[in-house]
Amino acid sequence: MKQSLLPIVAHRLAILCYIVFALFPLFWLLKVSVTPNDLLYSEGVRMWPSRTTFDHYAFVLRHSAFPTFFKNSLIVSASTAVVVTACASLSGYALSRFSFRAKYWIVALMLLTQMFPLVMLVAPIFKILSPLGLTNSLTGLVVVYSAFNVPFATFLMQSFFDGIPKDLEEAAMIDGATKFTAFRQIILPLTLPGIAATLGFVFTAAWSELLFALMLINGNDAATFPVGLLTFVSKFSVDFGQMMAAGVLALIPAGLFFLLIQRYLVQGLTAGAVKG
Amino acid sequence: MASIEIEKLEKSYGHVSVLHGIDLDIRDGEFIVLVGPSGCGKSTLLRMIAGLEDVSKGEIRIAGNRVNDLHPKDRDIAMVFQSYALYPHMSVAGNMSYSLRLRKTAKEKIGAAVAGAASKLGLEPLLERRPKALSGGQRQRVAMGRAIVRQPKAFLFDEPLSNLDARLREQMRAEIKKMHADLKATSIYVTHDQIEAMTLADRIVAMHGGVVQQVGSPLELYDRPANLFVAGFIGSPGMNFLDAAYLGGAAILKDGSRIAVNSPAAVQEGSGLTLGIRPEHIVITTDGSGMRAGVELVEPTGFGIILHLSMHGLPVKVFTLDRQALALGGEVTVSFPAEHVHLFDDEGKRIG
Amino acid sequence: MTMTADTLGRRHDRRPWLTRLAHASEPYLYSAPSLILIVVVMLVPLVIGISYAFRDIQLLNPFSGGFIGIEHFRTLSEDPAFYGALRNTLWWTGASVLLQFVFGLVLALLLDKPFWGRGLVQALVFLPWAVPSFLAGLNWAWLFNPVIGPIPHWLSGLGLMAQPGNILSDPQYAMWGPIVANVWWGIPFFAITLLAALQAIPRDLYEAASIDGASWSQRFFSITLPFLAPTIAITVLLRTVWISNFADLIVVMTGGGPADRTQIVASYIFTQAFKALDFGYASAIALVLLVLLLVYSMLIILLRQTLLNKD
Repeated sequence: MKQSLLPIVAHRLAILCYIVFALFPLFWLLKVSVTPNDLLYSEGVRMWPSRTTFDHYAFVLRHSAFPTFFKNSLIVSASTAVVVTACASLSGYALSRFSFRAKYWIVALMLLTQMFPLVMLVAPIFKILSPLGLTNSLTGLVVVYSAFNVPFATFLMQSFFDGIPKDLEEAAMIDGATKFTAFRQIILPLTLPGIAATLGFVFTAAWSELLFALMLINGNDAATFPVGLLTFVSKFSVDFGQMMAAGVLALIPAGLFFLLIQRYLVQGLTAGAVKG
Repeated sequence: MASIEIEKLEKSYGHVSVLHGIDLDIRDGEFIVLVGPSGCGKSTLLRMIAGLEDVSKGEIRIAGNRVNDLHPKDRDIAMVFQSYALYPHMSVAGNMSYSLRLRKTAKEKIGAAVAGAASKLGLEPLLERRPKALSGGQRQRVAMGRAIVRQPKAFLFDEPLSNLDARLREQMRAEIKKMHADLKATSIYVTHDQIEAMTLADRIVAMHGGVVQQVGSPLELYDRPANLFVAGFIGSPGMNFLDAAYLGGAAILKDGSRIAVNSPAAVQEGSGLTLGIRPEHIVITTDGSGMRAGVELVEPTGFGIILHLSMHGLPVKVFTLDRQALALGGEVTVSFPAEHVHLFDDEGKRIG
Repeated sequence: MTMTADTLGRRHDRRPWLTRLAHASEPYLYSAPSLILIVVVMLVPLVIGISYAFRDIQLLNPFSGGFIGIEHFRTLSEDPAFYGALRNTLWWTGASVLLQFVFGLVLALLLDKPFWGRGLVQALVFLPWAVPSFLAGLNWAWLFNPVIGPIPHWLSGLGLMAQPGNILSDPQYAMWGPIVANVWWGIPFFAITLLAALQAIPRDLYEAASIDGASWSQRFFSITLPFLAPTIAITVLLRTVWISNFADLIVVMTGGGPADRTQIVASYIFTQAFKALDFGYASAIALVLLVLLLVYSMLIILLRQTLLNKD
């Protein structure tokens, strides 16, 4: 049986359209970031400049506060990812393996946190954190971001735990392990893909967060990348090359993380989505 | 090794009760098989002995000590799971030695124990492999190895062979039997396969609906089933059951046939009962005596033939080794030898 | 004899009590860290935030803080900017969700077929999801900028625009800017979820349908769509709520302008809190948004329930 060519060609073409749509903005970002200033306007719509330069990157890395922003964001995102993954492993395990009276309420609470407008919390959180000295501090951001990401991360981890047969823990307990030892030595090592996915997901989410960072941070010392970039944009909105160079730099960690973990993330969401 | 006593054991989930007062004494070194259809509570009972399910009521004692509230890890028992439950991230040796490592056993001792178990099960060349790289039969062996390394007080088996193909199952069955003869370890084995139960058990515990139906040696259950359930469950093809009335020292079938029985003492004249006879005990007569029956279906098994007969509308199965040419739609005559006829009263209990 | 049995029994029971307590508290111990975080950083502020809606809280005014009842809501009911924002929210959410869903579904269907290089394609088309939302906003703002971006030139080349201008400063079309950015950013989410659901459909169903002679479209409507329906319902519901709360792109791209034409409720709350520093009023708007979203979710769930009961 010979398959007709037309559907296959149409399928590949459609996929190509999606790829172009997905990648074009990023490509443009990259293109402008390597275009020398004198060509920026004269070669505005050309797909690639006749001459490329890394001056913008050099400037951003040497003469601006972006390295500080980058470092701050890295600290905040990495800490948040670690804190959330640790908490979510425990609570996800509880939801996956125990049936207990408050389980229903915990799930309901976590779902509720996914529903209400987080902007509603901006003012109260500011009021609570400010006497504690946690505004304008990276620690404050880590605490806030951790809480925001724990519910989804819990569900994500739960779906990974659900995929591990209960027999394994039971076998471990009969072999002489306590429940916690079984969790640590048998279940956690098997959940490494889930842990990777959760780390990556939370890292990306924390790396992207803008509104609370804007609200809780002022001044450059504790500013994260989004805040820094936005301040930069509103102050020097004509230095497109530099801004886009900074944008490419902001994209790198999140993009890398994503490419590393996207397979696991899809797998985790698959389990979660199937359960609905 | 140890004895296990189970006393008035009950299990319920909320309002649903799954075990209704189980009493069982398991002697030191005995091989007990819990058998019954799915949902009969046999696995729950096993898991309660292991400590994986809470006890709702009653008591479990291992070696004379009450273990109701003891964590599985403190009961010193080993279990082989249906899914094998091998730790995927550990090698075969790692799987087998995990329990000893948890107990902080000395390295040399662990090495010796693993090597000993591996040689018994022929696992030496596989010790460094991961479970993923093993065949089903090999995984089964590793699961057994993991259990015997430790020399626990008792072995629990939860349908350990049901994921294997028929040939391998036969082979592993023999190996388990050999191993038990060798180690003399108290073993409790759960299965729904009555052949496994018959071949392996010192004593079979037949369960149904959360109640123990009969406890006894395999032949006791085969020869003198205590009730209709056991009679029907043990043996393949299953026992024939025919409604009958007891009149004048014989059972009268619905079609009026008279069947002589070894007259049981406690049957009232005229009372209704169920007559049971195993297909392999029905005799096909050649001299024309006996009851006439039509041949409805012929199933050759190679070893023998299963005949589906109709005695005036009553279905009867016969197993015979005779390879006689029996035509579909033909007629045969059969007789029920009195010594092989079982009688059950209207509550399904054995008479006599 | 009975005495001994009794004392023995009691001694047995003392330990179970402690064991049982330890047993019962285990899941709570596992959940505790997460729960504490959620309660302290989300639930408590939520309650406080609700109370703010009835108080006069202005960050720069030390004399504020008093209880003013439903004053904020009265102001709100006469605030034309709020009604504008409400309309914009409907527009923004409806268009974004619909487009994300349609494109996401098509992408999921395309990716459901095995083909050479699928893993790579999947990683590439899902990439926008990893782009930080603020960067996605900036990126698209630049693409729409006639000085630096190609889109205005293409549009005018196609004759859709008289001359290359910035769509984001055109009151009539400004909302399309953030919507396009949102669609670009949100397609992967729908595609991932729907792809997962697609792959959970048993393949032999399609084979059986093909043998029965069903065409592609018949298979799609009689197998694929019914199987996807629960996932679609839940995803659309969650995304609708999420997108109507999602202010990042608008804050970054237009700041609500021009002339409040892109101001949605969520960004309006943020503007009130962040720029006007009027926390009380911001909380009142947020409370109204919360109630509206709850009502919306309830309606959807009720609708789904009645549809399910009909079958």
